[in-house]
Amino acid sequence: MDFESASMRRNKARRTATNYLVSGLCILATVLVILPLIAILFYLIYKGASSLNLAFFTRIPAPVGESGGGMANSIVGSGIILLLASLMGIPVGIAAGVYLAEFGRGKTLATAVRFTADVLNGVPSIVMGISIYSLIVVQQKHFSALAGGVALAIMMVPTITRTTEEMLATVPHAIREAALGLGVPKWRTAISVSLRTASPGIITGCMLAFARVAGETAPLLFTAFGNQFWNFKLSEPIAALPLQIYVYAISPYDEWHRLAWAGSLVLIVLIMVSVTLVRIFANRGALKGGS
Amino acid sequence: MPSTRMTPDRESSSPLPVPSPLPNPEASAADATEAPSGTNLSPIREFLSKRGSGSFADNSFAGAMLLCACSIFAIVLFIFGILVIHSKLSLVQFGWKFFTRQAWDPVSGDFGALPFIYGTLATSLLALCMAVPLALGVAVFLTELCPRPLRAPISFLTELLAAIPSVVYGLWAVFVLVPLMRDLIGPFLYKTLGWTGFFEGPNFGVGLLTASMILAIMILPIISSLTRDIMNAVPNSQREAVLALGATRWEMIRIGVLRNSRIGIVGAVMLGLGRALGETMAVTMVIGNHPDISKSLFAPGYTLASVIANEFSEATGDLYLSSLIEIGLALFLVTIVVNAIARLMVWAVTRNAPARVN
Repeated sequence: MDFESASMRRNKARRTATNYLVSGLCILATVLVILPLIAILFYLIYKGASSLNLAFFTRIPAPVGESGGGMANSIVGSGIILLLASLMGIPVGIAAGVYLAEFGRGKTLATAVRFTADVLNGVPSIVMGISIYSLIVVQQKHFSALAGGVALAIMMVPTITRTTEEMLATVPHAIREAALGLGVPKWRTAISVSLRTASPGIITGCMLAFARVAGETAPLLFTAFGNQFWNFKLSEPIAALPLQIYVYAISPYDEWHRLAWAGSLVLIVLIMVSVTLVRIFANRGALKGGS
Repeated sequence: MPSTRMTPDRESSSPLPVPSPLPNPEASAADATEAPSGTNLSPIREFLSKRGSGSFADNSFAGAMLLCACSIFAIVLFIFGILVIHSKLSLVQFGWKFFTRQAWDPVSGDFGALPFIYGTLATSLLALCMAVPLALGVAVFLTELCPRPLRAPISFLTELLAAIPSVVYGLWAVFVLVPLMRDLIGPFLYKTLGWTGFFEGPNFGVGLLTASMILAIMILPIISSLTRDIMNAVPNSQREAVLALGATRWEMIRIGVLRNSRIGIVGAVMLGLGRALGETMAVTMVIGNHPDISKSLFAPGYTLASVIANEFSEATGDLYLSSLIEIGLALFLVTIVVNAIARLMVWAVTRNAPARVN
């Protein structure tokens, strides 16, 4: 006796063929996605590595037509702006995350803050740039590194808030209750017990936000504005690595294109290192306190 | 039964009352905690009685944290407020017609945002068309088809795509993608699909199509990682039920997983759309920067974010600056609305699933 009729067999063949076809398409999609990534990285290394020399890291840009310039002021300037942004953004973000996780559990205000932080994450960075321009640059009547730092800080706050909250949520309640049972005040529990337990995860969250903000150009276009020379004063325009890459990329000079590639390579290496460190530590730290 | 006098302590706000030392002579066993008048306190009691154990410290700390949490609201309100204030000139001058006029003439003070809206919508929608099938394919591959040892490296690679800054994408697009479009893809598209009218006109490599391609690469990782989260939130019982009915693997994915996560996937796609709408640097470098509306995809265009990036620092005149800030306000409101709807959809689907830091 035949358990399968002819039409059943045809049907099954069709379904199996569809299965293989779709699997093949999914594999093709993955290859197509990884391809640009490999192309970009390969091209960056190919074009940028040859221009990386000591002069690149120690000298400021040379006038057009001269060779031997570098992007030292951009790298240092980026460092200064990112330091400012971190000093302003990380404490506020962690504090907001502590509120959401420790004091605001179940309250509607906390849900609203969480939702707003997620939505704020998606706002284009250029909008942040022009609002800080309208606030700080117009009042002070000059571009400044401080304005750039503030613009980047308000971009960091929502990201750090959400990651801090999620990391604090993995701290088991038993630890908190043990501390509270010993008579430790709630504020001290939050700091010395919850934050300390979740600190690897919170640090990785901060590094993620840092890596994301390190590559941002648009907020700095109208706040830090860029500078061809060394500048360590916070109240004057300052060079930044992504900003300088943008200016060089759209310029018509080959020498500047070369510098743009080298700068991009440096920027990508810094960001990739942060992202990889985040990946390593996230698998180790975040689950340590979780149960 | 000895009466245990629980005196209201300094720690009256904490949930558990701390028993005071018993003056009862019967309870002499608790000698370690007996403290008649403050001498010979145990280290723990000394510590707790000194360092801000009262309700004042608790409340002020909670207040400080609440203040920082409300800073998020403050940021949103501040951005909205300051954009409205500084675009008042243009709002008053042009009103709602600002978004339906096609002019952009700084010299005569005639401004209209329609070309930018067209450019933004065209590039974003085209980027979505290119990115969504690929992102869904990657997500399906990584959650269902991929052998386990390969899963971590490949998902790491797709997340690396998200980590590349926008300028680097733009730099690569200008020097690699634009010549590719100009010399290879453009003529090919003109030969095969030129009859549709979407691929006419001179092909310089920069234009709406190139911008859409680089946007598609940029929004891929967002859509794919969120879709993976959503697909992982579908309980395994659904998958097993469909398999038990005799489905092939693709049918199991289609019926058991994708059908359950439709809303979430729509939310993920909208989040990608929100990112594409606001993307500035990479698009500015390859879109050609010409405020014109044309059917051909080879033609240069202009997006809302690009016009701000290009012309803001050189805007002469208050009306010019005000028009640009009004464009920024429109961009802000549109992305907030798109992101809010998208987050609601994703939240509705992943509500009971374990969270993942993305």
